[in-house]
Amino acid sequence: MTTSRREFLKIAGVSTLSLIAPAILCRPACSQEKVIIPGDSSLKTKSSGQALTAKRWAMAVTPSKCPTGCTACITACHGAHNVPDFGNRKDEVKWIWQEPFAAAFPNEKHAYLGESFQKLRLPVFCNHCTNPSCVRVCPTKATFQRPDGIVMMDYHRCVGCRLCMAACPYGARSMNYRDPQPFIAKRNPDFPTRTKGVVEKCNFCEERLVKGILPACVTACKEKALIFGDAENPQSELRLLLGKHFNLRRRAHLGTGPQIYYII
Amino acid sequence: MKQHQWGMIALGLVVFVILITFPFWSGKGKTSPQPTLSFDTPAIAQLQEKRCVEDTSFMRDNHMKILGTWRDEAVREGKRFYTARNGRVFEKSLSGTCLKCHSNKQQFCDRCHNYVGVKPTCFSCHSIPEEVKK
Repeated sequence: MTTSRREFLKIAGVSTLSLIAPAILCRPACSQEKVIIPGDSSLKTKSSGQALTAKRWAMAVTPSKCPTGCTACITACHGAHNVPDFGNRKDEVKWIWQEPFAAAFPNEKHAYLGESFQKLRLPVFCNHCTNPSCVRVCPTKATFQRPDGIVMMDYHRCVGCRLCMAACPYGARSMNYRDPQPFIAKRNPDFPTRTKGVVEKCNFCEERLVKGILPACVTACKEKALIFGDAENPQSELRLLLGKHFNLRRRAHLGTGPQIYYII
Repeated sequence: MKQHQWGMIALGLVVFVILITFPFWSGKGKTSPQPTLSFDTPAIAQLQEKRCVEDTSFMRDNHMKILGTWRDEAVREGKRFYTARNGRVFEKSLSGTCLKCHSNKQQFCDRCHNYVGVKPTCFSCHSIPEEVKK
């Protein structure tokens, strides 16, 4: 018996349908058995009750208060977050560091700038922008913005493409070109390290805020040059300070909305 | 060209079948001993009720799923506390919660992971408190 073209097409169509049908009809039932993890859906996540919260975290920096040669904030931050020290500029990983005034504020630089400003070295770090360019370019959403304004890194998802480093106008992001672990002076067991091929940056001490502690750099600064607070709360120490003193933001004309305010 | 050398073809097929089935007949009857997990840590010894975050069989099957959920919720949603089925609340932390009790990673985590041949990358970043102290 020879099959006509019509017969062949009929059989082919019916067999295709019979293959697809079960997957469409009983999708939830036939799909892989889902394990319900208790507490996963119930959203009963209890807060510790003492965590520091804000609508928008921000920081005010008064660099004129910084004593010459003081690196207390850098030491505290890098110690708390297991930031490696490779000992050379090329591989350098930094969460907070110092820049001369002319480098931090290139648009404010001119030939007649006072000597006190020329000598000034400002603590600089991630600006936790309201419109962060790093978040826009990240292909894996490893960098994301929290509702309270903190621009966070999810190191689990970072693939090391370094688009964020290219996008950040402040150079606030560092790549681990080498395995950082042998270069951590004293490992803090309460904070994870990173691996080779992951980008890292300041996290506004998100892990301390949930415990109700201010960021490491802020508590380490004895001169009170760093003031941390809620920019949306008009009664916060930060807002009162910003209301009293003229302040600058780094490269604000780029439209990233930086949230570190420098009181010059 | 010569005709088919049926003898050589048959020999080749036999060698092929022997090689491809090697893992099945060579391992037949042999049993590799199941790993024995050690619960002999100071923290576990002090526990009144020897119970993990959830019951043992659930943890054995799903600890990796729990850890994956904990990771995403803690990092991305900021939900850092986990309410277990019996109402106890735990901090979602590998180093801070899991390894506080199971401080003997080599006799606990590693034994089973080696037995089933999985290589979780958790510990390439998350510290093992006992090892950091040393």
